[in-house]
Amino acid sequence: KLKFHWLQLGLFPLIILILVFFSYGFLSSRSQLLEGPGAVTRMVYPQPNALIPTRKDVLVLTPWLAPIVWEGTFNIDILNEQFRLRNTTIGLTVFAIKKYVVFLKLFLETAEQHFMVGHRVTYYVFTDRPADVPQVPLGANRQLVVLSVRNYTRWQDVSMHRMEMISRFSEQRFLQEVDYLVCADVDMKFQDHVGVEILSALFGTLHPGFYRSGRKAFTYERRPQSQAYIPWDNGDFYYMGAFFGGSVVEVSKLTKACHQAMVVDQANGIEAVWHDESHLNKYLLYHKPTKVLSPEYMWDQRLLGWPSIIKKLRFAAVPKNHQKIRNR
Amino acid sequence: MPWTPVGKLKFHWLQLGLFPLIILILVFFSYGFLSSRSQLLEGPGAVTSVAVGKLDGQEGVTLSRMVYPQPNALIPTRKDVLVLTPWLAPIVWEGTFNIDILNEQFRLRNTTIGLTVFAIKKYVVFLKLFLETAEQHFMVGHRVTYYVFTDRPADVPQVPLGANRQLVVLSVRNYTRWQDVSMHRMEMISRFSEQRFLQEVDYLVCADVDMKFQDHVGVEILSALFGTLHPGFYRSGRKAFTYERRPQSQAYIPWDNGDFYYMGAFFGGSVVEVSKLTKACHQAMVVDQANGIEAVWHDESHLNKYLLYHKPTKVLSPEYMWDQRLLGWPSIIKKLRFAAVPKNHQKIRNR
Repeated sequence: KLKFHWLQLGLFPLIILILVFFSYGFLSSRSQLLEGPGAVTRMVYPQPNALIPTRKDVLVLTPWLAPIVWEGTFNIDILNEQFRLRNTTIGLTVFAIKKYVVFLKLFLETAEQHFMVGHRVTYYVFTDRPADVPQVPLGANRQLVVLSVRNYTRWQDVSMHRMEMISRFSEQRFLQEVDYLVCADVDMKFQDHVGVEILSALFGTLHPGFYRSGRKAFTYERRPQSQAYIPWDNGDFYYMGAFFGGSVVEVSKLTKACHQAMVVDQANGIEAVWHDESHLNKYLLYHKPTKVLSPEYMWDQRLLGWPSIIKKLRFAAVPKNHQKIRNR
Repeated sequence: MPWTPVGKLKFHWLQLGLFPLIILILVFFSYGFLSSRSQLLEGPGAVTSVAVGKLDGQEGVTLSRMVYPQPNALIPTRKDVLVLTPWLAPIVWEGTFNIDILNEQFRLRNTTIGLTVFAIKKYVVFLKLFLETAEQHFMVGHRVTYYVFTDRPADVPQVPLGANRQLVVLSVRNYTRWQDVSMHRMEMISRFSEQRFLQEVDYLVCADVDMKFQDHVGVEILSALFGTLHPGFYRSGRKAFTYERRPQSQAYIPWDNGDFYYMGAFFGGSVVEVSKLTKACHQAMVVDQANGIEAVWHDESHLNKYLLYHKPTKVLSPEYMWDQRLLGWPSIIKKLRFAAVPKNHQKIRNR
């Protein structure tokens, strides 16, 4: 009888140990595969030329050696293969609060044509009006999840609380469901290819109104009382709040940090000049992104036209009547 | 009074419950600890004043407030060379990076770099200059461990090392043929990676010993996996690359494939990735040997095969692998960082 108990005392923990190791390995396998060299099969494509830059008119590498993604810098076939071989899944978060539900149809339809085509995609539509989410036909391996959230009266609060909501759902849900998160404004449309070339641990997008400007012209938050404060002699780029992303882990860290910073600001009775965008810029200055997207990925043709430096208008603003659509 | 059977049963159930629970907790914590090193290697480089404990990834390491020139989105830093591969890996040339930002990013993570070098038989004679110049130029300011693989441990010179830098001598066997000495480096690095390097360093840099450092070689080279452009082929078309061209070899690359010709004398990356690369190359060489074939450029042929189908995440320019006697000093090369030391091939090999 004594022998039987000792056997149980030995076997039982041993079984637990084995189960734990296997499940931990399984759960962590997703993140282990994100970085590291991309494996490819035998493909035929033009040889890169070490003596000829692909773009002579723009900067394609930041001082901390993060690629700046412009048309011409990448071979999408190689990248697609690298990401497909890892069975990459991309989550696209978008907020359609109150009247902004009206932008969803065009956003989703154009995403179906241009966003991560050929890869696994989950749209996460955050809304206070789930019944108004349009039925848009989706391609294979693409799904849409509606997440019901509260609204806020002020549009600035709607905008800022996106950080909190993405942060909250990252740990609860996104970590298990997708590899990368892309966080976009909804009053936009995809007009050209937006694919896996953008994916890395953490990316921001150059604001189309400031990529030609000196840092003193950046509309950073300049009051030291705010958590988003950036001094005049600091700053790499001015990033747009409307399009950022990265691995779930990194987006989770960013959104959590931005939300916490906004909570502190609120307690101190201050609101950053450009709201969540100010906090995003603060974060990305002191946590350098591993890729930067050119303004091809965030454009407004009515305001900025179509300069020759922009070879593709990939993701662009949809005209909206600010007065009508905000604060209702 | 002996305890009642009920009491005794309770005691056993408690043990059955507590014991595995304790094991579970211990396992989770130790797994998290062991894997924490790799979790921190990728991800944004934070630049800040306070480095939070390594295990606590949540707070993140933030960069400090540094003052440096603003990058200009409309002005490339180099107009004469390619600085980004088609799969968006940086090609590291002078002028493309700000070393102050990079140093801060890597110091805040307390990065440790292992430098492997093989000094077999007469090649011990190269160690002194290699190590002395590494002390001046290689990863200065960061934690460094030199791993000197040798069959002559007594002949490893005593070179004074700076703070946070140490040297480990690893005794290994030699081979008669120099080609075998060269190729078996893959096996040895692979073996020591799991045994030792994984626990001791974050990145591995694997270099030939008949070389000297002449200028800065720092954290700008570090990433998951890097190769170096061979200085004799960075101007060449792929048909001129001296890949292994016989389909019978595991290192075979067809004429219409190939990005670059990488040099076998300088490659590296995270311990995990270097371990995978060296293991794969070693296994491929074992298969070749069983099939009675030896790749035209030995371990370098296998390295090129691997890096073609597992794209590196950084590529180093020929600044990082030069031979001034053979190639001079062209204007495209702004710094000669790591260069060949003249050697008498006949005298030094196969003895």
